[in-house]
Amino acid sequence: MENVTIKINGLTVSAPAGSTILEAAHLAGIKIPTLCYLKEINEIGACRMCVVEVKGARNLVAACMYPITEGMEVLTNTPKLINSRKRTLQLLLSNHDKKCLSCVRSGNCELQQLCTEYGVDDTDYYAGEANHYELDTSAAHMVRDNNKCILCRRCVAVCDKVQGIGVIGANNRGFDTAIGSAFEMGLGETSCVSCGQCIAVCPTGALYEKDYTDEIIKAIADPDKYVVVQTAPSVRAALGEEFGYPMGTDVEGKMAAALRRIGFDKVFDTDWGADLTIIEEANELVERIQNGGVLPMITSCSPGWIKYCEHYFPDMTEHLSTCKSPQQMFGAMLKTYFAEKEGIDPKKIVSVSVMPCTAKKFEIGRDDQNAAGVPDVDISITTRELARLIRRCGIEFTALPDEGFDDPMGESTGAGVIFGATGGVMEAALRTAVETLTGETLPSLDFKEVRGTQGIKEASYTIAGKEIKVAVASGLGNARTLLNRVKAGEADYHFIEIMGCPGGCVNGGGQPQVSGDVRNFTDVRGIRASVLYKNDAAKTIRKSHENPALKKLYAEYLGKPGSHKAHETLHTTFVKRTINQ
Amino acid sequence: MLHKKSNVPFSGTKEQEQALLEVIHELKDEKGALMPILQKAQDIYGYLPAEVQKIISDETGIPMEKIYGVATFYSQFSLSPKGQYRISVCLGTACYVKGSGDIYDKLMEKLGISGGECTPDGKFSLDACRCVGACGLAPVMMVNDDVYGRLTVDDIDDILAKYE
Repeated sequence: MENVTIKINGLTVSAPAGSTILEAAHLAGIKIPTLCYLKEINEIGACRMCVVEVKGARNLVAACMYPITEGMEVLTNTPKLINSRKRTLQLLLSNHDKKCLSCVRSGNCELQQLCTEYGVDDTDYYAGEANHYELDTSAAHMVRDNNKCILCRRCVAVCDKVQGIGVIGANNRGFDTAIGSAFEMGLGETSCVSCGQCIAVCPTGALYEKDYTDEIIKAIADPDKYVVVQTAPSVRAALGEEFGYPMGTDVEGKMAAALRRIGFDKVFDTDWGADLTIIEEANELVERIQNGGVLPMITSCSPGWIKYCEHYFPDMTEHLSTCKSPQQMFGAMLKTYFAEKEGIDPKKIVSVSVMPCTAKKFEIGRDDQNAAGVPDVDISITTRELARLIRRCGIEFTALPDEGFDDPMGESTGAGVIFGATGGVMEAALRTAVETLTGETLPSLDFKEVRGTQGIKEASYTIAGKEIKVAVASGLGNARTLLNRVKAGEADYHFIEIMGCPGGCVNGGGQPQVSGDVRNFTDVRGIRASVLYKNDAAKTIRKSHENPALKKLYAEYLGKPGSHKAHETLHTTFVKRTINQ
Repeated sequence: MLHKKSNVPFSGTKEQEQALLEVIHELKDEKGALMPILQKAQDIYGYLPAEVQKIISDETGIPMEKIYGVATFYSQFSLSPKGQYRISVCLGTACYVKGSGDIYDKLMEKLGISGGECTPDGKFSLDACRCVGACGLAPVMMVNDDVYGRLTVDDIDDILAKYE
């Protein structure tokens, strides 16, 4: 593409034609503050934080939207601009609940950060009437506190444009404008799927997960409880960000060490459950292909995707694999197999999961997720809550040694770990399904066609003389596109992997928040996913069906994949839901 | 369930629904179809209750929240029906300084509804308006086409009684 040359603060900058001033400035290492802007998601130029002076322009212009032209002269940090930005912040604060001390986002709030940078020294500069809203606590997974909302609409944009759901939006007008749902319904009454992407993009403390850290601390302190934790693959790929490690640092060892020091009786790994899911799911796929079952079969690991399918594609729930998610399979085996083996009353076990996900909080309360007659998982917390728990327990994370998981439910393969990235479940399933179908050992375990962060990926493999077509989608907007093609008869896949969040679990709604200015210029999904693929490559065992702990599980307890016992404990049912009720 | 439903039960007819569906099918593939659909829907039903917004959402695929957001943004749209007797209280400058705010508050209290709403029996609806051109009579309210001027809050009971 042709380049355009402009001057920013007197510096000559060359940037591709069609770039905005913000993008050109970024190339030159000049930071322009943003608040409402999210690249390709929320480009509305509304908040006026990114205003700059352009020579010849009558007014200050929004750098996030304004395209560069040859010879343009831009100033980004004049007293006039700094004053304008400061005033914008003061106006935002005039209708903002400023209880920063008790705010969950204190320390990583984008509004707080900008107020510090711009020296907002009088938070009551424009004191006057302010709105007072009740908290919306109706959803299983999160809270909306509109008293801290700055109406940037990032949550609205991600819900509507990326996820294609649109259950939140701006209601009313002017001073009365508030983000909410149709007819002021609580989020829990809508067809919200609990993906938490709105929380991930919120710049302030207006949206946050329901926090269960204190419940965990209490359970651990209770001598009658046996408290066990499992951690999802993606948690180790992002938890480090909360403790100052660069994005893309694998902190598996320190995480296990931290959990042990918090006082969990056993520190296990959801990757074990992921391997188990693959064995059951690959078996189900092979059976469906060989016995004329419903195809395409679609993965069922992502609870946000499941709820989406139930609401928006209720006629397609028969396509869902009946396998429980890794979290739930793990929980089910913990309270049946492990409890029996160790002679522990399942009622005394507190099953805790750490997930990159907020929809997992909804999933643990679903019907048919209680193999031992008690919930498979009792408490599900996000990566962010784990970071809070670690801090609250006074653990110096960076000073910890690297430790491993406990046996037997801590043993996993490379296939289990890549579950956290889009295409990972597909690749893991293929490693097992291909060997099952052909009876031969795969020469290469890398199914590179299904890797990468694109929203929709397709591939086709000839396995045992039969062509097997697969597709992978992440982000629910992409899932809708793919499913509509299947429904219209335009695609005849055998197997589809869908993850609710764009890029998969590594970019889940429960992961550490990445501020807009970083997010806009960083491949968050790709960097975090690279941790998982590196982890996989370094493992000696990379196929789920070769996991020794699972071989033992089948030999001692389940029999064989798809057995009656496996169906009773590891498989589940779905419901058909509606929208607009 | 839809909370902020109108306190007047929905009484749409099959004919109205048919008319709405025709409008939707005529317009739904055009860009920016939502505004004209909402305007015509309001022409058909007189207001935009949850039941009507649901039909529009189901037929167009536009999320209900987006429809509700637009319906609550523009003052031309109403979520409540108009009553048999439409009461408008002028909150224009002259009437306001002469105390029409108190008249408005009193009416809300007497009728048990907020501004923009309709009583459950469908009899009275209440709105604020801006200047009816009778500033000399401030404060002024209207009930359908009847104008009442130089009001005090004590006049309200007698005026409402005329329409009971």
